[in-house]
Amino acid sequence: MTLFEGRDLTCHRGLRQVFTGLDFALPAGGVLLLTGPNGSGKSTLLRIMAGLLTPVAGALFWGDEKVTEDPEAHRGRVHYLGHLDAVKPVLSAAENLAFWGGLRGRPNADVAQALEHFGLGHLAKVPGRMLSAGQKRRLALARLLVSPAELWLLDEPSVGLDDASLDNLGAAIARHRSDGGRVAAATHVPLPVEDSEELTLDDFIGGPEMELAW
Amino acid sequence: MTTFLSILMRDLRLALRQLSDATLVVLFFVLCASMFPFAVGPEPNLLARIAPGVIAVSAALASLLSLERLFLTDYEDGNLELLALSPTPLELIVLAKVVVHWCTTGLPLIAAAPLIALLYRMDAAGMPVLLAALTLATPVLSFIGAIGAALVLGARRGGVLLSLLMLPLYVPILIFTVSAIDADLAGLSARPHLLLLGALLLGVLPLAPWACSWALRQALE
Repeated sequence: MTLFEGRDLTCHRGLRQVFTGLDFALPAGGVLLLTGPNGSGKSTLLRIMAGLLTPVAGALFWGDEKVTEDPEAHRGRVHYLGHLDAVKPVLSAAENLAFWGGLRGRPNADVAQALEHFGLGHLAKVPGRMLSAGQKRRLALARLLVSPAELWLLDEPSVGLDDASLDNLGAAIARHRSDGGRVAAATHVPLPVEDSEELTLDDFIGGPEMELAW
Repeated sequence: MTTFLSILMRDLRLALRQLSDATLVVLFFVLCASMFPFAVGPEPNLLARIAPGVIAVSAALASLLSLERLFLTDYEDGNLELLALSPTPLELIVLAKVVVHWCTTGLPLIAAAPLIALLYRMDAAGMPVLLAALTLATPVLSFIGAIGAALVLGARRGGVLLSLLMLPLYVPILIFTVSAIDADLAGLSARPHLLLLGALLLGVLPLAPWACSWALRQALE
């Protein structure tokens, strides 16, 4: 079974060392919850997993292959949900979702069903600027359902969600896992997922601040 | 290819729903060009002579005005991350965005240029070459400008920085555009100047998307 692994990862932001010597392994069907205080590098690690950031040392592996050897294949299997919802204010909810599907080669994706799953069916024609913060977050989550991707990277997916939507997210994750998908999520509140692994980033903070080189 | 089309359609749709953005660019072009007679005086021969130059400079400034927002809105609302993580090469995505930028700013500028030429009483015989030169020059403005727009992404006061970076690079485009029209009006062949503009366009066509996508990935780090 292919593992998604990070080996001996080190990351710097500016002159600050965020973490060092970090390892993780994520099997198919697994959930990895990243926890730790603000600024411990949860979002940074997710961006590294997505390929948006390059680690200073260490590497990511998909099975035996280094992710950097075929970045396009990696982008094809990743769904990244960042802090920003990426909702265009002048496009309707359905148009936003259809575009995200098209971006990943699914121009005819089942937009209505994805909207319905997150309780947005009645808002399909409403422009993005009229949606509340929570509704925008749900729309961003609906993106996960319009095109398949093996690895979901979720950065605090629960922000702004009500209890019902949180359960919908849990259901989506459960279905994704039963299809062999994997999830890495940074979170401060418990997510409705079963048997997940936890990675506390606080344990990986390296030595003292690096000295200024000038 | 489907991704290319879906970005093309989305950006066109965004531009059509925010039509004021494109209208502002054309209005700026017309206003900027009509400032010159006030400054240099209303002497008809002089105005007819400087018309090609005024049109070229105003078009470059108007194009620059709209370029800052080319990647900025996608960068600020998080769409750029999704574009960069799409399985489609980022170069192709950039190409689609620049094509839309040209359609929504370059084309209206070309359409408005004869109006300025009339205003300056430029010899109507030079009109076909004026349109041909602008048709070749405005996409080059969009492509070169896109590199600047990608480079200044995330910088404070990116718009001003963009002008400082881009205006020197626009100089060759201005020279060839104006000399094509001047040559034609003087009874010489405009062909070599138009060919040079065409060569510029063929040069930036593959180079700009490549440079842009590199700069965009840096901006996202």
